Amino acid sequence: MSISDARALQVQQMESADADIFTTPDGRRIGGPILEMRNITLRFGGVVAIKDISFDIREGEIRAIIGPNGAGKSSMLNVISGFYHPQEGEVWYRGMRRARMRPYEVAREGIARTFQNIALFEGMSVLDNIMTGRLNHMKASILAQAVWWGPAAREEAEHREKVEKVIDFLEIQHIRKTPVARLPYGLKKRVELARALAAEPKILLLDEPMAGMNVEEKEDMSRFILDVNDEFGTTTVLIEHDMGVVMDLSDRVVVMDYGKKIGDGPPEEVRNNQAVIDAYLGVSHDDA
Amino acid sequence: MPIEVFFAIEVAINGLMAGVMYALVALGFVLIFKASGIFNFAQGVMALFAALTLVGLQTGQIPFAHLINAIFGTRMHHFGWDLPTIVAIIGTMAVMVLLAFLVERLVLKHLVNQEPIILFMATIGLAYLLEGLGDVMWGAEVKQLDVGLPQGASVWIGDTTYALFGYDFFIDKLALWAAGIAAVLVIGLTLFSQYTRQGRALRAVADDHQAALSVGISLRAIWVLTWSIAGFVALVAGIMWGASSGVQFSLSLIALKALPVLILGGFTSIPGAIVGGLIIGVGEKLFDFFFQPIVGGATENWFAYMLALVFLLFRPQGLFGEKIIERV
Amino acid sequence: MIYREAGDYKLTYGADAQTFPIKGDRWAYWLALAFAAAVVPLFLTDYLAFALLVPFLIYVIAALGLNLLLGYCGQLSLGTGGFMAVGAYAAFKLMTAFPGLNIVFVIILAGLVTAAVGVLFGLPSLRIKGFYLAVATLAAQFFLVWLFTRAPWFFNYSPTGMITAPTRTLFGVPITGPSASGVSVYLFCLGFVVVLAWLARNLTRGSLGRSWMAIRDMDIAAEIIGVNPLRAKLSAFAISSFYVGIAGALLFTVALGAAEASEAFGIDKSFLVLFMVIIGGLGSILGAFIGAAFLIIGPVLLKLLLVNNLGWPTDLAAHVEVMIIGTLILVFLIAEPHGLTALWRTLKEKLRLWPFPY
Repeated sequence: MSISDARALQVQQMESADADIFTTPDGRRIGGPILEMRNITLRFGGVVAIKDISFDIREGEIRAIIGPNGAGKSSMLNVISGFYHPQEGEVWYRGMRRARMRPYEVAREGIARTFQNIALFEGMSVLDNIMTGRLNHMKASILAQAVWWGPAAREEAEHREKVEKVIDFLEIQHIRKTPVARLPYGLKKRVELARALAAEPKILLLDEPMAGMNVEEKEDMSRFILDVNDEFGTTTVLIEHDMGVVMDLSDRVVVMDYGKKIGDGPPEEVRNNQAVIDAYLGVSHDDA
Repeated sequence: MPIEVFFAIEVAINGLMAGVMYALVALGFVLIFKASGIFNFAQGVMALFAALTLVGLQTGQIPFAHLINAIFGTRMHHFGWDLPTIVAIIGTMAVMVLLAFLVERLVLKHLVNQEPIILFMATIGLAYLLEGLGDVMWGAEVKQLDVGLPQGASVWIGDTTYALFGYDFFIDKLALWAAGIAAVLVIGLTLFSQYTRQGRALRAVADDHQAALSVGISLRAIWVLTWSIAGFVALVAGIMWGASSGVQFSLSLIALKALPVLILGGFTSIPGAIVGGLIIGVGEKLFDFFFQPIVGGATENWFAYMLALVFLLFRPQGLFGEKIIERV
Repeated sequence: MIYREAGDYKLTYGADAQTFPIKGDRWAYWLALAFAAAVVPLFLTDYLAFALLVPFLIYVIAALGLNLLLGYCGQLSLGTGGFMAVGAYAAFKLMTAFPGLNIVFVIILAGLVTAAVGVLFGLPSLRIKGFYLAVATLAAQFFLVWLFTRAPWFFNYSPTGMITAPTRTLFGVPITGPSASGVSVYLFCLGFVVVLAWLARNLTRGSLGRSWMAIRDMDIAAEIIGVNPLRAKLSAFAISSFYVGIAGALLFTVALGAAEASEAFGIDKSFLVLFMVIIGGLGSILGAFIGAAFLIIGPVLLKLLLVNNLGWPTDLAAHVEVMIIGTLILVFLIAEPHGLTALWRTLKEKLRLWPFPY
């Protein structure tokens, strides 16, 4: 263990003195905080999208972020993936303060995500789309790729094997070679999840993975999310509107409204929080 | 004051006038971009086409005479009459409206919802088509265009400045007219878009296609209208350029300079097009004036583009454009 | 039953990813290659070589280059002509400065020089997109051509401002200069085309190609899932310019023999190559071949028909040609944005299933 790692661990232990490693009733191991958002404030010109929000995400948990439209949930996800840079506040990742990073550097650090409006590469096949998830793991030089000899071809086959496992896992073998543009909505969502999973992320960010799905598709997707978390222990952060889904899936929930955090805790607790009920049922904001 | 300073000022003023010309072409781009989100590469060729048509009508040329002669072995070329300028201009305008209609019917209608870059490449195709069509209709030789605008150095300005500064400024009367006409055009367009029903519809479409459709504005009618107006602007630009340097193919290349003008001014701003045009016009003349001894002449070929490129690196949204917040 | 695929099973991932997954296609490819290399030279006249096949092969390379940039990485460049000029003038300077340098290396080095220039003008692509970038590449086009016509060092102070290719040989056979025969030049270019097309195919099926396509299809998402836009875009500009530079070097050294920048590498060349890519098919290696064939051989046939057979004046025929090309671009963008290649692909999918509809 290097000195910096040791210090990181120490910091981590200090920060999370109250949050020891524990096991959930269904037998999943939840660790200390892997990602911490500290006093994040994000502004677009005069508009404040996120106002002084802090919360943490523990290793191995399923963390949900909920809130009405325009609450700043997606902006928060964009801050985590390094697409937006907050004006104030810090992001701590694996016990270290994260420097200002470009999105691709964040991805390289093991954070993968899906998007609210599907962001698949429409001009490519399902297989190629999922293979892009492996880009950060592929090392062959441009020259080796150009002659397609030895290392490049070997690497391609190795990663194809990994991708095939994800394809099996998400049950999309039959559409492997189909151009993404031809797929129906529900399958596109699944391919997007596959692309994120192919990256073997430490943290998986899901931006409304079930929006616009029918009940059956939602059930499938819920099963996949749980299975991923269960089998690979992937930490999952989830934005979702369907309260039933959120309550069933998540270990802890952050509630946002108008860019502010109004609740944080286990689903049952959040459900009974007066501020949350007000936000969802609509109470005038003048007296809030 | 040393004579060099007067030279520089004179160069700058003449650059302003060239800038007005660029701005005129850029104006056509902005109109179409605002209404349909299309970057119309063919705007310059439209100016050429309009000028060719105007000369053709004015001098009574038979359209497609070369083609007809080649196919049927005839030897026709002119009807043998000269149309009054104003009739020829109206006739040309009719042709430009017809063109707008055809473009909408045959091209735009089929490319709705395509990516901007595909639409852009389509307008490059359109530019080629129009260029070929113009040549086939009216012949490719250089033509004189005379619509009765005064030309040559303004004696009055020369005399006045000589009396005041002891230096005889050379300023082309045509350039002054061009500036005046451009100003009238911009004011006219602004009034049109602010105070007429069609103008409001135009702005609505520019703002949000879907919303405009939902309140009952016909997108297709608006497109025909904008392309017609752009055709009219092209005609004005064509007349100006044609009167100053003859109607010839190089006109469409000069018009390409409107592209860097747009980058400076932003794609959606009419004042931006004017200011951008003036900056480019003055900038390239002065650059050439000062650097010709060092790097050799003809820097006008690339100065505008280089300026735009450097500018883009620092302010991708243009002088007057708003900063775009990207979303996922 | 033109395609008989039954029993052609893929057992490894490598076999599944090969260029021609269908056995029939592999045979057709090798046959075409053997025909081009062994049979065509037998009846190749100098006129046929220099008027048709050599320009065709050279423009295939240029179209491949632009297709890598535009069709795969989604970055539109209107500077192709300028970059071809860089290749041509680099080749000229190399040939005159190092007379002993083998012509193959001259061409490759000229490509590398162009790649460096391409990266330089590709830098703005990191901040600007779409037609903004297209306008920025116009700066490359006009500046480079101006540079090569104005700075005498580039044309070795020749009084005409032209550059002329001295004679160079390969295995004792002259490849450049007035004594080069059509057959040897044709084979020389064919060699380049085969190797470069093969490299392009490999690049586009690997991880680099995927990162290009990801940038093309949705650049923001691509960056968020881990594509480094700097690396993807600049590598696309570099490799694309390498191809375009080689095309320019070949056009000057073996096809034209003498050139002047503003005439041989004007903006019309940029458009010509762009049109080849559009007509052939964006994002397709085969498309570069089809597009170049269409726009090199088509006009020659048209001219034969209009001028030689119907007796039209040459300039009228040229104008009609411009019109037809413009119309074709519109027709293709409207009816089949993926070009002739897509038509071929649809046909092939039907043939693979024929005679059964499903």
